[in-house]
Order: sequence, then C-alpha cells, then structure tokens
Amino acid sequence: MLRWRGQRDAQRTESTPRVALPAPPRLWTLLGALLGALLFGSAATASAAEAPPSELAAHIAGVASGDSAVQEAAAVALGKTGDRKVLPLLEALREGSVYVRDLPGGGKETVIVGDKVTEGDKTLVPLYSAYGREPLAAADGKPLLVDLASLQEVAAGRSLRLALRPLIDAFSGSSQLADPDPNVRKAAATKMGNAGDRSALPALSEALGVERERWARHAIEEAMALIDLRAGDEATRTAAAARLGALRSAIALDRLRDVVAEPAASPGLKQAALEAVKRVERWGLLTSTIETIFQGVSLSSILLLMALGLAIVFGLMGVINMAHGELMALGAYATFVVQGWFAAHAPGAFDYYFLVALPVSFLVAGAAGFALERGVIRFLYGRPLETLLLTWGVSLMIQQGLRLWFGAANVDVTSPRWLSGGVPVMVGLQLPYNRIFIIGLATVSVSAMYLLLFRTDVGLRIRAVTQNRGMAACLGVRARWVDAFTFAMGAGLAGIAGCALTQIGNVGPELGQNYIVDSFMVVVTGGVGKLLGSILAALGIGGLNKIIEPSLGAVYGKVLILVFVILFIQRRPSGLFAVKGRYADA
Amino acid sequence: MPTRDRTTLLAAAAVLVVVLPVLNTLPPGSPFRISNFTLNLFGKFLAYAILALGIDLIWGYTGVLSLGHGVFFGLGAYAMGMHLMLEIGTQSVYKNVLPDFMVWNQVKELPLFWRPFYSGLFTLLAVVAVPAAVAFVFGYLTFRSRIRGVYFSIITQALALCAWLLFNRNSLNLGGTNGLSGFKTIFGFTLNDAGTQRALYVATALCLCGAYLLCRAITRSPAGKVLVAIRDSETRVLFSGYSPAAFKLFVFVVSAALAGVAGALYVPQVGIITPAKIGVLPSIEMIIWVAVGGRGTLLGPIVGAFGVNWLQSILTTSYPDLWLLVLGGMFVGVVLFFPDGVVGTAQKVIARLSPRQRTASPVTGAPAEPEAFEAKAGMRR
Repeated sequence: MLRWRGQRDAQRTESTPRVALPAPPRLWTLLGALLGALLFGSAATASAAEAPPSELAAHIAGVASGDSAVQEAAAVALGKTGDRKVLPLLEALREGSVYVRDLPGGGKETVIVGDKVTEGDKTLVPLYSAYGREPLAAADGKPLLVDLASLQEVAAGRSLRLALRPLIDAFSGSSQLADPDPNVRKAAATKMGNAGDRSALPALSEALGVERERWARHAIEEAMALIDLRAGDEATRTAAAARLGALRSAIALDRLRDVVAEPAASPGLKQAALEAVKRVERWGLLTSTIETIFQGVSLSSILLLMALGLAIVFGLMGVINMAHGELMALGAYATFVVQGWFAAHAPGAFDYYFLVALPVSFLVAGAAGFALERGVIRFLYGRPLETLLLTWGVSLMIQQGLRLWFGAANVDVTSPRWLSGGVPVMVGLQLPYNRIFIIGLATVSVSAMYLLLFRTDVGLRIRAVTQNRGMAACLGVRARWVDAFTFAMGAGLAGIAGCALTQIGNVGPELGQNYIVDSFMVVVTGGVGKLLGSILAALGIGGLNKIIEPSLGAVYGKVLILVFVILFIQRRPSGLFAVKGRYADA
Repeated sequence: MPTRDRTTLLAAAAVLVVVLPVLNTLPPGSPFRISNFTLNLFGKFLAYAILALGIDLIWGYTGVLSLGHGVFFGLGAYAMGMHLMLEIGTQSVYKNVLPDFMVWNQVKELPLFWRPFYSGLFTLLAVVAVPAAVAFVFGYLTFRSRIRGVYFSIITQALALCAWLLFNRNSLNLGGTNGLSGFKTIFGFTLNDAGTQRALYVATALCLCGAYLLCRAITRSPAGKVLVAIRDSETRVLFSGYSPAAFKLFVFVVSAALAGVAGALYVPQVGIITPAKIGVLPSIEMIIWVAVGGRGTLLGPIVGAFGVNWLQSILTTSYPDLWLLVLGGMFVGVVLFFPDGVVGTAQKVIARLSPRQRTASPVTGAPAEPEAFEAKAGMRR
C-alpha cells in the first residue's frame, strides 16, 4: 500500500554514500571520450605493450624466481619504485595468476594471465604484460591465447603474500594520492587517515605540498591531523585535536569523543578535544539545516510541477483531476521504458537517455491527458463532483493497468552518471546533482508556463476562458479546445514531474497516490489559477514537510500539515490569492 | 408514498429481518437453508448498507461529497473492537489482561483511554458519539469557512489519509497495522456460535431498518427540503435567509454517526478491524456503492452496498486482477451513463411507463434539472 515519502527518501539517502563518489564526467568530457574512442579505438588496441624501464625488468624477473627470499626482495623493490604500472603485477602475484612463458627466440618472460577459456581438452588463457598489464597480441594482431599447460606457474608462498599486502596497500594509497582524479585523491587521503598509520605521514605531507584542489587538500589535512591524534606525544595530539576542530571534520567526531572519554588524557588535551567536538557539532547543525532546506526545496519543486497542472486546470474548468497522480506515474514509467530501450539498443549513449526521456514522458502523459479530456471529461463540465469520481475511476484503471503490464514491484531506474554525485559547497555538505537538476527543471518549467500564460496568444485565450467562459466564447475563443490544450499541458507537466521523480524516489504503480494528496493541499492553499499562489504554497508545504519530519516523524508531520491547512483556509477560504470576481460561488 | 410501495417495503424488511434468519435455522441439507457463511456475508453487507445510507444523506441529498467516511466507520469499528478486545481478558495467547499486541509492544499498563471501554454501555455510546464528535469538530471548522464542493472533498480525503497513517502507528496503542482481532465473546456470548452470529445479523437488519426510517424522516421533514435546496443551489438558500452551514453540519454529524454504527456492527461479524478499512481507497469505494445504487433515493444505497460488495466478493476470489479495473470502470460507467444509479433509473423507467405517477415524489431522484444552474455557475468561475 501507500508508503511515505520520508521513508523512501531516507532509503535513497542511505544507499548513496555521500563521500567518494566517482567523478561525474561533464558532458563535453564524455563527448570527447566518445569521439576519441571512435577515432582512435582501433589504434589503441593494436599498440604493443610498453617495455619496462631496464632497472625494473630485473625485479620483474626476480619476482618469478623459484627462491622465495629473492621473490620477496624483488617485490619490495618493485613496491618502492612507486610506479603505478607495477601494481597489477603485485596484485596478480597475490592472486596466483603470474606465469612464466618461454619466448620463441629463447629466454623467459613474466606474464599475467587472464580468465580461462576451455577449448576442446585444452585450457587457453589470454596473456598480459607484467608491466602495466597490457594485453599481448599475437603476430596477426589478435589477442594472444596460449595453452595454460605451456606456462610455468609462479608460486607465491604464504610469507610472500603476507609481505605483499602492506606493499599493495601503501603502494595503492600513495599512488592514488597522485591520481589525476581529485575524488580518488580525496578518498585515498580519507582512507589513510582512518587507518591511522604513521608511516603514511610523509606521503601525505608530500601530497599536500603539490595539491591544488580545495577538497582534496582538506581531506589530506584531515587525514594528517587524524594520524597525529593517535600519536603518543601529548602536544602533538592537542594540536591535532584543535586542528580537527578548525577543519570541522565530521569523520573525526567519534575519535574526538573517544579522546574526551579517555581516562589517561591530560586536561589540556581533553579541553582541546571537547572544544573541537563542540565546533564540529555546531558546524554539523548548520550543514544539516542547509541540507534540510535544500531537500525541502527540491520536494517542493516536484509538488509544484504536479500542482501547477492541477491548479491551472481547476481554475479553468473547475475540474479536479484525481488521475493526475497516475499521469505522473505514466511519465515515470515512460522514463523507465526509454531507459530500457537505450540499454538494449544504444548502450554507448546510455547516459543521455534522460534527455530523451524528459520530452517523451511529457508527450506520453500529455497525450493521455488529452485523450482523457476529449474522451470523457468534456461531457461532465459544470459537474465537478462527478468529474472527481470519474477521474478517480480512471486513476484506478491506469494504476491496475500499470501493475498488470509492469508488475506490482517497483521498477529500477538508473540515474545517468552525470546526475549522480554532487557538488561540495562547504565542509560536510554536498548538494546532490539530481536534486539540483530537479530544482532547475521546475524553475524552467514554471518560467515556461508563465511565458505561455502571460506572453502568448494561447495564454491570453486560456486566461480569458478562465475569467469568463461565456464571454470568451462569444468573442470567438474556442473554449473547448482551450480546455483540451490546457488539460494536456497540465498532464504533460505531471509527466515531467514523474520523470524527475525517478531520480530521487522509487517507481511503482502506487507512485501517484503518494503525491496526489500533497498536491491537492498545494492547490487548496495556493488558490486556483494563480501561479504565484501555487509556487508559495508548494514551497510552504514541501518545506514544512521536511522541517517537521526529523523532529516529529513523517506521520505526525502530515497530520500537522492538514491541521495547518484547515486553519489556514479558515482565514483565507479561497487560498492565498483569491480570484476576484462578482460571483458568490467564486 | 402510496400504500403499495409501503407494503413492498414492509415485505422486504420482513424478509431481511425474519425470513432469512429463520431459513438459517433449517437443518443442514434442506434446499432452502441459508448457510452460516452466507448469512454472515449478508450481515456484513447490511452493515455496509447503513453506512451507505449515511453517505447518501450527505451526498445524495445535500450534495456534499465526503471522501473521509471510512474514518467515521473506522472510529465506530475501533470503539467496538476495543470493547471486544477487553472482553477477551486472560483468554488471550499471553494469558495477560492486556490485549496481545500490547504485550508485544511491551506496554505495561492499559492506556487511560482504553479503560472506559470495559463498560458495554459506554462502548455503545462511544460507537455513536466518537464519530459524531469528530465529524462535528471537523465539519464546524470546514463548513463555517464556507469550504464546499471539491475543496471539501479534498480536505476530507486528506483527513482519511491522515487517519490511516495515524492508525498504522503502534504508538497509538490501537494495534498498528494488524488492527484489532482475535475476539472471543460479545457481551458474554461466544462469537463463534451460530446463534450469536444470527442475533448479530438480526440486530444489523433492525439497525438498517431504523436507519432507513431515520433517513426517511429527515428527508421528508422541512429540513430535508432545505437539504435538497442546498444541493441544488447553496447560494440561493443562503440568500433566502437560511444558514446552509448549520444544516450541512447537522447532516454530516448524523451521517458520521450512522457510519459509526455500521462499523460497530461490522466488527463482531467480520472479526477484525485494521487501518486498511479507513484509508483513502475504502473511503472512496463507499461512494461508489451509493452511486451505483442511486443517490438521492433511500433504497439506492442499500441496493448499491449489497450489489457492489457481492460483486467484489465474487470477483476478488475468482479474478483478483480484474477487480480494480472493474471498480474503476464502474466509476466511469455510472458517472457517464447512469448518473441516477440502478434504483433511480428504474424509478424513471417506471414513471415513464405509468404517466399518473410522474409527480409522485419530486424529492427523490438524482438532480437532473436543478443542477443546470450549478453547472453554469461552475463554468463561470
């Protein structure tokens, strides 16, 4: 049955970690990469594996030695080079996928083997170079496949594997600190800070010296202070605690609290830690407040997209469309179908499915709305209660239709990569791209609606029919077509809302039901046919929802909002902005 | 009402109250015997019919569409359910005086608001008074500020959603999602007993007759004329010096009390009440009973509640996937093609066949002509 938005939002937020998300590639980078892959793709695969520098070649051969002492020495030597291209060899060594092959001209070569392929009674494996793990090609340019039996396995004993582990860790840590991607650098620093190993300090301070990116710098400083906090020396620890406080390090909060509770700690250290904790907590309060407001605004955007169509249609025709939520669900499912089509037919362009899904869901929901208006609703003008029941029946049928067609379970809509992740605005606060996008989408849609209503001929006709249907019809406005057009527009907006919603919520047959009552509250509070009223009411109700939720829970939040709305319309029975007119019924 | 109609109604009432229960007492195997299951099913439908009468009063006669009647039904049902829960006493699974779900939720002591429900008399009072009181407060606030038409419908729908959310909470100490169930006795009689169930059926049938008479008295009184006038043009009623809000509030409260009684009769016969019965969907399903039967007639809601629920119990067992489609289709079909419902349409056909009866009852029947005025008003806004 119904679930609350709060619950679903919480699930979403928990499942997406805030830190260490892969960098969202910008559009032009992706385009460039795509173009590059097309132009140079074949050239890249044909290039031969790069030869290792001569001093490394000896170590690579040494790793394959039968003597375990020689192996270990070679491995350590390799680890010390800090060359990233050595890393695959060390990892392969631990997994046991390093082999030695006899070269045709005599001599031996250390290689890494890939996944096994069985062909007849032979087991074939593809070969990769030991240095950089490039695929080795045969003379004809095809990937080299050799019989596993023709290779000699390099044994990796227990002691070697134990020696390899810290090597690989340190190696990957320090090499990640030099990674071109700032997010990788940041994540590596945070990981090293959490591990708290003092031996990582030189690498960190070296990285800090060359680091330019603000957030990576912050992560590195945080990591260094965290490591210092574990030092034995009282003065270093006190300084580190103060430093962490100044950095507003949220990840250090638990560590700092431990220090406060530590019985052996000196009063000075405790004091510093306590102050740091306070500082971090105050900062956390600030960021969570901003986050709440931000989430409220993005929820309001969805509500606004929903309610705008409802309010305009209600103002124009006096019709309450109970199927509006299902039109939204149609938009969401249209997005799902478009996504499936892209995955099946154009996986290369998968990231752009959303740009196609937006207009498609607008058109699908708009067409459904148009059919609904022309098909049934137009026979019921002037009978709002009957229309309400009829559209409710339609909504049940659409809902059950979706359930029969797509199944009762939620369907999975994957966010495109350029919408995942977020932009860090301050320490401990990252604004997710998808929510920013939704706010932008709502802004654009509302502006477009404003221009349509107040700057075009069509809008003039819509407003004329809204104000006085009979008079407008007498002056030659085709009121019935204005109705159909407006209804389709409103439905299309709901479709866009559904499409946007796929990025932050679950998509299921009951999707519409979860939002419909809230959007009606927006319509009731905002007044009919008034853009500004709808916007303010959506912001108010969406914001209030998110503000009340953390303290009272979603249920009491909803109840409180109902009470609030009822009390509000005691004062203003026709909403924030009443349509002024002479009619007693208005 | 002509004497012939009155005789038909009396006969129908006699069949419901006397004949069916007597047929139930026939020995098994007799061709005329009505099984316990069927009688129980009918009892449930009759309880729904009481509810539908209340909805007809507020919607069919006064023109106020409430989408929150499930709440009032649920309040009556929960009041009765609480008493039945307390009657179980220590016969429950945990052998505790507290209801089982409280033991699970580690409630140590019976909450204060449960205490009065030990008394049967208080419970019978609460079944009517609690829904009526809630309806009074809610109705006072909404009607006073002249919230009407679809605005009122939407607000009541929000009320249903909120009530559903609240009753799902364990912290309310009303059983959460699982609701109240596992009843053993009612006023000392064993619920599993066929005799008790028969008595409950008769009580329900009698209550339905009472509700019918009450609604007839209301609709035929001068106040009833005002109600229909409110439906047809509230503004004109206002300008004629009446206060529509007071009349609407009165009908809303009566209708909520009827819903509460229906809920109280429903619970011992079905044996369980959960929040699923008071949400948005059940509340609006109740509307369709009235619409299918024929709003603005007193017979219509009874016929509708019976017919639609019978259809539902058949369809949900044999074609569960189809039910929602059929229900949705019913909403569309009735609104588009049979706005008078089954009874209203039948009355019109009969009136056309026998011209002398055309002027028989101007009050009954769904509004056809008068709404043209509202229609224009609606179009102009």
